[in-house]
Amino acid sequence: MTATHPEPLLAINNLEVSFRTEEGTVTPVRGVTLSVNAGETLALVGESGSGKSVTSLAVMGLLPRPAGRISGGSILFRRRAGGAIDLAQASASEVRRLRGAEIAMIFQEPMTSLNPVLTVGEQIAESVRLHRGLGQGDAMRRAREMLDLVEIPDAGRRVHDYPHQMSGGMRQRVMIALAMACDPALLIADEPTTALDVTIQAQILALIERLRREMGMGVLFITHNLGVVAEVADRVAVMYAGEVVESAPVRPLFHAPRHPYTRALLDCLPARAARGADGRRVVRSIPGTVSRVAEGCGFAPRCEFVRDSCRVGAIPLESEPDRVVRCLRWREIA
Amino acid sequence: MSGALLEVRGLTKHFGGGAHPVRAVEDVSFAIQPGEVLGLVGESGSGKSTIGRLILRLLDPTAGSVRFGGDEIATAPERKLKALRRRAQMVFQDPFASLNPRLRVRDIIGEALDAHGLARGRRTERIGELMETVGLPAAHMTRYPHEFSGGQRQRIGIARALAVEPELIVADEPVSALDVSVQAQVLNLMQDLRARFGLAMLFISHDLDVVELMCDRIAVLYLGRVMEIGPAEIVTARPRHPYTQALLAASPKADPDAPKLSRTLKGDIPSPMAPPSGCVFRTRCPYAMPACAEVVPPLRDAGDGRAYACILDSLPSRPEVA
Repeated sequence: MTATHPEPLLAINNLEVSFRTEEGTVTPVRGVTLSVNAGETLALVGESGSGKSVTSLAVMGLLPRPAGRISGGSILFRRRAGGAIDLAQASASEVRRLRGAEIAMIFQEPMTSLNPVLTVGEQIAESVRLHRGLGQGDAMRRAREMLDLVEIPDAGRRVHDYPHQMSGGMRQRVMIALAMACDPALLIADEPTTALDVTIQAQILALIERLRREMGMGVLFITHNLGVVAEVADRVAVMYAGEVVESAPVRPLFHAPRHPYTRALLDCLPARAARGADGRRVVRSIPGTVSRVAEGCGFAPRCEFVRDSCRVGAIPLESEPDRVVRCLRWREIA
Repeated sequence: MSGALLEVRGLTKHFGGGAHPVRAVEDVSFAIQPGEVLGLVGESGSGKSTIGRLILRLLDPTAGSVRFGGDEIATAPERKLKALRRRAQMVFQDPFASLNPRLRVRDIIGEALDAHGLARGRRTERIGELMETVGLPAAHMTRYPHEFSGGQRQRIGIARALAVEPELIVADEPVSALDVSVQAQVLNLMQDLRARFGLAMLFISHDLDVVELMCDRIAVLYLGRVMEIGPAEIVTARPRHPYTQALLAASPKADPDAPKLSRTLKGDIPSPMAPPSGCVFRTRCPYAMPACAEVVPPLRDAGDGRAYACILDSLPSRPEVA
């Protein structure tokens, strides 16, 4: 962790997101509290239905409207100019101005954020013209520099390529170049390597890491892949069924997980399979699937440590130095 | 090897004609013994899924031989393939796309029975048995696929494959679309079924940890060719081919104290329409020499049950190319 600052760059407090559906209102994100400091990577990890992507959409002001909305809590973002803005209360146009200028995003599928009818150079140039007021010539020069920055070989020639002329890994680099063009303070990366082969993934993760270090960005890295978490994260927040169930620095989280879900999830990894009495290696699994509960702990229906008190009321988030855990029994089972 | 259930020799598949066909599979050979699980691992364009489809003759090979229980499949006429499909079945990656959404589970599994005239007179009973075999309540057979979770749908896909009591299952990325906690359930189920029915499997996956867990032997593919093949624990613990080594070094470990991922491999996988001459891996190989462009390296026996296609006699450990 570098560039420590008394105030976090991003502080999400008690966030709740609601969606109106035909069956009534659902809250895919409830009571989410987390923070990202300048220069650090916070990995937000969870399985399908955990609410990790909805959380990131809420931060970016990209919840699908009119169905989705922030129905509680705050998202404080520290402005470059000083002072904090609450993204949960800010107008759509205020959030749009920050997005691209101070907050940048990269996604799993670059093709959804790249324009297929513009060359990659034109797209980066357009972004820097918009955000930095550069002229056409300077903007194209900047575009070439950005392609160099993300290690695209032969940038002077590739700047004239259209997205479809590039491989998936190269397109992901272009999207990162586009995100970096305005020198953002916060990068939100939502499963940025999930569609890539592992040898290409290793390149992209190293690139994001290098840029974070050199530019002092805070990174909110959303992923389902625990191997990627161990590779990139300074701290980790684990989500399950719409709530953060545990968060801690990366080493304590992997070496001494406290929440029963974190513990069970790590045990599900094939690399942690244990050899049984018959010599076969068996992975531990978590029975059932994610389901919504009316009250109590969201993981209770699948938890091996569950007892009656876990199924009533709201489970408080307990703070320890360097760790928070949302479980009634974590101390006795540790 | 005699007694092999499946024997593949010189298997080749080109898509499209002309001067530059897509060379999806190039001169691939391997065997699977009865009850054995062979893993095919590789990245995009490695040809692993194409090999799975060629073996079941869902695709016709361009060249080469596929012998199943001694019978030649590669050139067999369509009418003879029905017998093959009774003995070898496929489980697909996407449990959402591979089940007909308009059919009840009863009929999805029942179709496989009817096609081969199995379980006549006790169809419903047999479908219930198959559902329970894969850990689903028999009472749910009247439901439609959308009423099940992803993991449950993959169980249905497995039950359909088991309906004909096959000797071989080709599983193409069977857990890649599933969450980790659900993936573990399906992997354990597949291990149980293998032990219970003595099933042989061709297990196709891009995930080395999954392949190492599930397989007796592993074949590592790159651009349609076998780079290395041998016992799973030997190939993953002591890789001999530079590509296997690089693939292992690039695979994230769920351990923050593990060494940072190696970026040994620069650049992209070349197009299978214009694969490099000689060794197809040489354009990304940290040890490439001029000689690598000359000839396609044949598989060499390493003396420990594994073979690898590289002209280097030994590999330096873990090169780092920043």
